[in-house]
Amino acid sequence: MLELAWLLVAVPLVSGLGLLVWGKEGDRVGHLIGTAASSFSFIVGLICFFQILGRDEGDRSYSKSLFTWIEAGPFHVDMAYTFDQLSGLFVLLITGVGTLIHVYSIGYMEHDARRRRFFAYLNIFIASMLTLVLASDYLVLFLGWEGVGLASYLLIGFWQHKDSAAAAATKAFVVNRVGDVGMALAIMLMFAQFGTTAISEVNVSVNAASTSTATALGLLLLLGACGKSAQVPLQSWLLDAMEGPTPVSALIHAATMVTAGVYLVVRSNGVFDASEAARNAVIAVGLVTLLAGAWIGCAKDDIKKALAGSTMSQIGYMMLAAGLGPAGYAFAIFHLITHGFFKANLFLGAGSIMHGMDDDVEMRHYGALRAAMPVTFITFLFGYLAIIGFPGFSGFFSKDKIIETAFGHSFWVGLGALVGAGVTGFYMTRMMMMTFFSEKRWKEDVHPHESPKVMTYPLIALGALSLLGGAMMLGGWITDFLEPVVGHAEHEELAIPAWLLSVLITLVVAVGVALSYVLYSREPIAAETPADESVSFFSRAGRHELYGNELNEAVVVRPTRHLTRFLVFLDGKGVDGFVTGLADRLGDASQLLRKPQTGFVRSYALSIFGGSLVVVLALLAARLA
Amino acid sequence: MTEYITLSMILFTIGAVGVLVRRNAIVVFMCVELMLNATNLALVAFSRQHGNLDGQVAAFFVMVVAAAEVVVGLAIIVSIYRTRRTTTVDEASLLKL
Amino acid sequence: MILTVMAAVPLLGALAITLMPRGQSSATAVKVVAVAASVLTLVLSLAMMADYDVGRGGYQLTEKHVWIEQFGVHYALGVNGIGVTLILLTTVLTPIVLLAAWDDRLPTSRSVNSYLAWMLVLEGLAIGVFSATDAFLFYVLFEATLVPIYFLIGSYGGPQRTYAAVKFLIYNLVGGLLMLASIVGLYVVTSRQGDATYLIGDLSNLDVSTTTERLLFLGFMAAFAIKAPLWPFHTWLPDAAASSTPSTQVLMVSVIDKIGTFGMLRWCLELFPGASDWASPVVITLAVISIIYGALLAIGQDDLRRLIAFTSVSHFGFIILGIFAFTSTSTAGSTLYMFNHGLSTAALFLVTGIMIARRGSASIQDFGGVQKIAPILSGVLLVAGLSSLSLPGLAPFVSEFMVLAGTFSRSIPAAAVATLGIVLAALYILLMYQRTMTGPLKEGTEGVHDLKPVEVASLAPALVLIVGLGFYPQPLLNVINPAVDEIVSHVGVGDPAPKTPTGLAQQTEGGEH
Repeated sequence: MLELAWLLVAVPLVSGLGLLVWGKEGDRVGHLIGTAASSFSFIVGLICFFQILGRDEGDRSYSKSLFTWIEAGPFHVDMAYTFDQLSGLFVLLITGVGTLIHVYSIGYMEHDARRRRFFAYLNIFIASMLTLVLASDYLVLFLGWEGVGLASYLLIGFWQHKDSAAAAATKAFVVNRVGDVGMALAIMLMFAQFGTTAISEVNVSVNAASTSTATALGLLLLLGACGKSAQVPLQSWLLDAMEGPTPVSALIHAATMVTAGVYLVVRSNGVFDASEAARNAVIAVGLVTLLAGAWIGCAKDDIKKALAGSTMSQIGYMMLAAGLGPAGYAFAIFHLITHGFFKANLFLGAGSIMHGMDDDVEMRHYGALRAAMPVTFITFLFGYLAIIGFPGFSGFFSKDKIIETAFGHSFWVGLGALVGAGVTGFYMTRMMMMTFFSEKRWKEDVHPHESPKVMTYPLIALGALSLLGGAMMLGGWITDFLEPVVGHAEHEELAIPAWLLSVLITLVVAVGVALSYVLYSREPIAAETPADESVSFFSRAGRHELYGNELNEAVVVRPTRHLTRFLVFLDGKGVDGFVTGLADRLGDASQLLRKPQTGFVRSYALSIFGGSLVVVLALLAARLA
Repeated sequence: MTEYITLSMILFTIGAVGVLVRRNAIVVFMCVELMLNATNLALVAFSRQHGNLDGQVAAFFVMVVAAAEVVVGLAIIVSIYRTRRTTTVDEASLLKL
Repeated sequence: MILTVMAAVPLLGALAITLMPRGQSSATAVKVVAVAASVLTLVLSLAMMADYDVGRGGYQLTEKHVWIEQFGVHYALGVNGIGVTLILLTTVLTPIVLLAAWDDRLPTSRSVNSYLAWMLVLEGLAIGVFSATDAFLFYVLFEATLVPIYFLIGSYGGPQRTYAAVKFLIYNLVGGLLMLASIVGLYVVTSRQGDATYLIGDLSNLDVSTTTERLLFLGFMAAFAIKAPLWPFHTWLPDAAASSTPSTQVLMVSVIDKIGTFGMLRWCLELFPGASDWASPVVITLAVISIIYGALLAIGQDDLRRLIAFTSVSHFGFIILGIFAFTSTSTAGSTLYMFNHGLSTAALFLVTGIMIARRGSASIQDFGGVQKIAPILSGVLLVAGLSSLSLPGLAPFVSEFMVLAGTFSRSIPAAAVATLGIVLAALYILLMYQRTMTGPLKEGTEGVHDLKPVEVASLAPALVLIVGLGFYPQPLLNVINPAVDEIVSHVGVGDPAPKTPTGLAQQTEGGEH
């Protein structure tokens, strides 16, 4: 089956494009075809995965070149894929969660006239994302990288009749493009430096290059990763991206696409191993983002934006882990997968709530929903317990390991990660309180109800995965499994035993949870968001997304706008003005010469005679001289 | 010999002055003819003096060209007269815009 | 022989439709004849592709007759991979634009006969330009292309057409005259060294002093820089594009402007390799400025046609950058870029042309929410737009990345600044799309109905090629590569070797263990 792994990409791609071209007749079955294509990829992925599991540990990477994509001079890029441990896990995550979200969307998008198109875009996304993780060349990876960007653009702006959605889509694409500059330059540097852009070769050759080359490569790749994974300083698009339909937020902006940056760092482990400066940059970015995201998550009243802040924060954890080198790579991937489960679960749960609340996203209009939506509540609770790291749930294992490794690297980094865990407990409890507990603050005419089965079954499945995902860590399976790809690391001994640290982490989380519980149960929650002036600086800054948009506006957008206006002026008056000015001066000169042309025949005759006279005299003069 | 040349010069000068001072297109035209014939005279005279036929040949050319010119020129003058009811050259200054 | 025939067919077609009766009753017949002539040319160009031996390289399908013996001028034609690519572009696009011009509303008292005839004349001349191997013949044809465009803009364009046409003509004529000076200079140089000749084969091994070479180079380069257009010689293009019909825009920007970049490759680099190398820092700087400047100006435009014209300034910057980086990757990328840019710009001009015709305005502000009433139209605009911003998977990406990667190995700053262009490209395309297509339906836009099947049929070939070449550009690259390798080795700078080639690392690793 491995030699047919390209079907993973081809089937959803063909299905997606076909659905787009098909037209109205496809509306009846479009969603079914889309879901079938995604399920097909999942099954193929499963078969491939078990095939490599069945192989020897050292022989679990399968590569195949389909055709030569580009060849000119020394530049050679093969359209080739690699199915190894890392991409295998990703394939299962993408197609597995992806298929559940396809099923969920059948119900969620039922009343949308453009449902066929929605499924087409989802399929294109699945195909692109699989291209990204299966690529064995950086340029092919870039193809998938931009493909998911396109799908994300189309899906954020799916309800394009809303100006805000269209603007958010454009913003997401443009901010991602800034990251892509880094990515593109990194690939060019690889070509100039190593003469190849194949992932495996670059990550080996980098050892022979200078450290500064490796650092440059690492930083450029990190810039790309920041764009896609919404890491500081390119984080601003993710919260706006919540304009898209909720299943999109779950699939693209929580479970899969935004983790592509982490994948890129882990996949380029050779580059990052070769440069400590690049690794430190990754750690810094991860740490800052994990705290910033958590901060934003605490302040937002929009359930999707609060979850988006949380996503930023959790990806910050993964980045942090990836920056820790071989010790952290496997944990980054582990957290990435468990996060894929529980965050998709939480987002779909939020979608289910919105479904019952007439598409209201304001948590201040919720309250006491646990009775009205029992299934949603239970599954959401599982996601909640997983993300705060309640012992036994998947998030407990994955986050624990990251914090532990962070402490192993440096006390301060570990402390930051620990504080983040506490804040996670705070904002998630706040969300639970405002949504499912406290008192009813529903708008009139809103009658919350449980969602149809086609939506709740995927929730149940994801809820179960949120609980059981930690099983991958049993006996350190995932670290051993990934070791051939990401390299081996000696386990660092901490000053305190690991179990004590786990207890400590759980205690910190419990403090966050308790604080939030006390705050939000002591007095009734206002049904409207309090004005900016009446809340603390922390809330205000969090609501304004730590003024990231304002910063971009001041530093990038406004100067560019002014520059553009100035250049438009300069082009008209300066560059073109010079040319037209030249033409005008010529015209003026002609006007001057025109004056003597009176139009009287006799004056012309006189000048002819005068002229001949001069000529004759000149000839005579020449003769005599 | 000198007489012929003097006559030619006088004729030419009369023609030239006529072209410059007269306004009637027909008269101007006749003055141009006068200048041409003055030139012819000079050509023939020099031809005779040098015993060389080239000058006479040139004179014939001038006559032929003059004939053609008369045809075109008169046609123009007639059509100007038709449209403008005048043959004064100063009136026809359209070329200036 | 096939090259002459290929250039002659459209010219004869033009002659035929000028002789046909004018007026409404015969309009359809005229259009059919015009399209038939262009399709026949397309078929001939495919036959040429079949005749052309990809593996052999060099100039093929050559023909040569003495034209003016005293000056050593020949009627000499021949194509290499670059010529083949551009001729193919011309013959593919012409039927598309003729079909797209089917419903063009022309100014009163203008007949469709001469409108289509001028386009066919342009096609014939373009094929001649791309296949001329005699510098004098090239010059004559190069200047001759000005005539059809002058009339296409001046007689059939928008309100500002006279101004735009004159500006176009004079601007390009100035460049052409500078080139004429160099053509005369070539005569002087060659006649001193023996028999005067203009054949490219003889000229490419010219033995002249450095100063003479540079002067001659500058004459050619001036003409091509204006034609391409390279900043700061670009200002004729937005005016010309804003004042012409969509079909004229496509022929002008997608085909005729390519003569500029084609000329740089064929004449500047082959005839004056030393001078090209000498000038490359300046040209590369101007190209990078073009990329950024064109993109920024495109962002600031409100007129759809001017916007696309400025995106072309930016794209031509990439093409010229790749040519003067002198690496086989970037130069092959530039050649492929010429083809791809032709396709994507054609699609953009044609689809916006349809929008403008239906709305009666070219101002972006007058549009809004069109997606709702015209989903296919907006889909086509999006695909064309995405190809213009070089989305991977669409044809222009391949060429743009090749240009950038090749340039990077020559000059990191130039490549780094040029790469910023991809962010700006996303801005100008997506903002335009957002303003015209999304949001609530704007008042006055109701008349913009969706594409008709004929329109879809005329746009589909370009879109299919854009997607197909994005995933599988190799057939074209196989044609281009040998020709580019010859040129790059002729310039003699050579490809920069990778600093730490892959083999090295494995060796050292092996040594350590």
